[in-house]
Amino acid sequence: MPGFLKRDPLDFLFSLITAVASLSVIVLIGGILYVLVSESSLSIKKFGILQFILSTEWDPVREVFGAASTLFGTLVTTVLSLLFAVPVAVGIAIFITEIAPNPLKGPIGTAVELLAAIPSIIYGMWGLFTLAPIMANYIEPALQSTVGRMPIVGRLFEGTPMGIDLLTASVILSIMIIPFTASIARDAFNLTPSIVKESAYAVGATKWEVIKDVVLPYSKLGVFGGVVLSLGRALGETMAVAFVLGNKHQITGSLLDAAATITVSLANEFTEADSDIYLSSLYYLALILFLLSFVTLAISKLFLLKAERRYSR
Amino acid sequence: MRIYRRRKMENLFALVLSTIAAFIGLFWLIFILADVLVHGLKGLNLSLFLQDPAPPGIEGGGLRNAFVGQLLITFFATLMGVPLGVLGGTFLAEYARGRKFARVISILSDIMVSVPSIVIGTFIYALLVKPVGHFNGWAGAVALAIIMIPVVLRTTEDMLSLVPWTLREAAFALGAPYYKVIIQVVYRGAATGILTGVLLSIARVAGETAPLLFTSFNNSFFSINMNEPMASLTVTIFQYAMGPYESWHVQAWAASLVITLFILFITILGRVLIRWRYGKR
Repeated sequence: MPGFLKRDPLDFLFSLITAVASLSVIVLIGGILYVLVSESSLSIKKFGILQFILSTEWDPVREVFGAASTLFGTLVTTVLSLLFAVPVAVGIAIFITEIAPNPLKGPIGTAVELLAAIPSIIYGMWGLFTLAPIMANYIEPALQSTVGRMPIVGRLFEGTPMGIDLLTASVILSIMIIPFTASIARDAFNLTPSIVKESAYAVGATKWEVIKDVVLPYSKLGVFGGVVLSLGRALGETMAVAFVLGNKHQITGSLLDAAATITVSLANEFTEADSDIYLSSLYYLALILFLLSFVTLAISKLFLLKAERRYSR
Repeated sequence: MRIYRRRKMENLFALVLSTIAAFIGLFWLIFILADVLVHGLKGLNLSLFLQDPAPPGIEGGGLRNAFVGQLLITFFATLMGVPLGVLGGTFLAEYARGRKFARVISILSDIMVSVPSIVIGTFIYALLVKPVGHFNGWAGAVALAIIMIPVVLRTTEDMLSLVPWTLREAAFALGAPYYKVIIQVVYRGAATGILTGVLLSIARVAGETAPLLFTSFNNSFFSINMNEPMASLTVTIFQYAMGPYESWHVQAWAASLVITLFILFITILGRVLIRWRYGKR
């Protein structure tokens, strides 16, 4: 720190301006929290906290609102999409770092990251016009006639396959979060010192054994951080799922049913909310979403920082 | 010998599986891009850019209003978000370098980058739409600016940190005050990096839909008045794709193609710039 420099008044002014600009991040986070709380206060007062979260009712006509059905949709799509995405993403990271020949590493890595640059509305539209019909006509009937026949798991695939359902939404969401997870996992894998890998090769380990017993244990914090980051992203994704989820407030046992997530109900109902308590309840949902994703992202940041600190030693 | 063979088989199996995973990733990319290209090309013509929308259900017309609206909103968002982000990043990398305060802000910005954009839409609705009484273009621009700030701030911080400290010391030695050192030496050294950050943040907000739904909303007429509801490509795509008319769907695909190409172009440009300036990462 050049504190030894004599302060020029202009320098002081410039440092002040930059300081104020950097504070804008804190002001924004604080402002968002404050506005969400004050806008939802009406609903918080009327429905309470635990009662709102546990109530499955969402009835704009009778003006009774609860968050359970949207929370259900949010959690199911998020968890399912992670289940689909994480194995593929880790596979991609392994392929890029350990398997691909050197000239291919860059292009494939870039191509996968371009997936992250495609706007979510494109995913949503592609999901509605292309993926949903494929799901409804081929994949979902196929699932029903195979897994759907099994005693307990079969319940997950009941109903008429329409393509507008939890399963399709989760598939699209998983395609969206694959690149995030993959690029963080790749960076984490790359941090494994090659000397450690080479010594494992020297005692005769196969490539897979090096990956499984050296690289993965070494990078697990980073990979885990990447998975949690994708979780945070998936929680708040709106447009990709808005097209294919149907915005139906219900808790359903079947993955082939329409549902609603917090983001989808906000996107569909926010501009139509005609009463104060309706709007306030939607703000309440936004507040819950903000807190959920903030905490998730903070946790992921914590893991990534921890991983970084460990390797830089 | 049996163990040896089993280990080799296991190895082969695992490697084949991860290769398949990589190709699944590539498969989706090609599938989505090809699909947007095929459908989009059908609707791509000059009148898409030069004409305003026809009344619902009637063939023809274009999306001139949405293109202009999108440009205006993104332009003003950049005008607000970039200076704040660059200046904020400057404070973290220069005046507050190494302090706890800088660490906290930089972690919070990393979190802000991934905060659901629809929440920012609701936030701006309460601040700039509800008090005014109607949707307006400014609200959309501010919402996008808020999304840009943490992105620009973090890249600026990283890029300024890459400028060697000795360069600053050389300038200090000539008696230059810190602000002059920053503006004339550090910014110059990091210019390409900062520009890349700005480009990537534009690519990031150009495809945002959720924060515009409750702020600038939509407008089926041509308007350059930022105080009125303003059309944007993304919201138009959402509305048209959900709508019942086939001609709407065609136009939505064409708009998707334009916006995807624009964003991919900027993203790739940013990567090329970084590679050119800093060599292979």
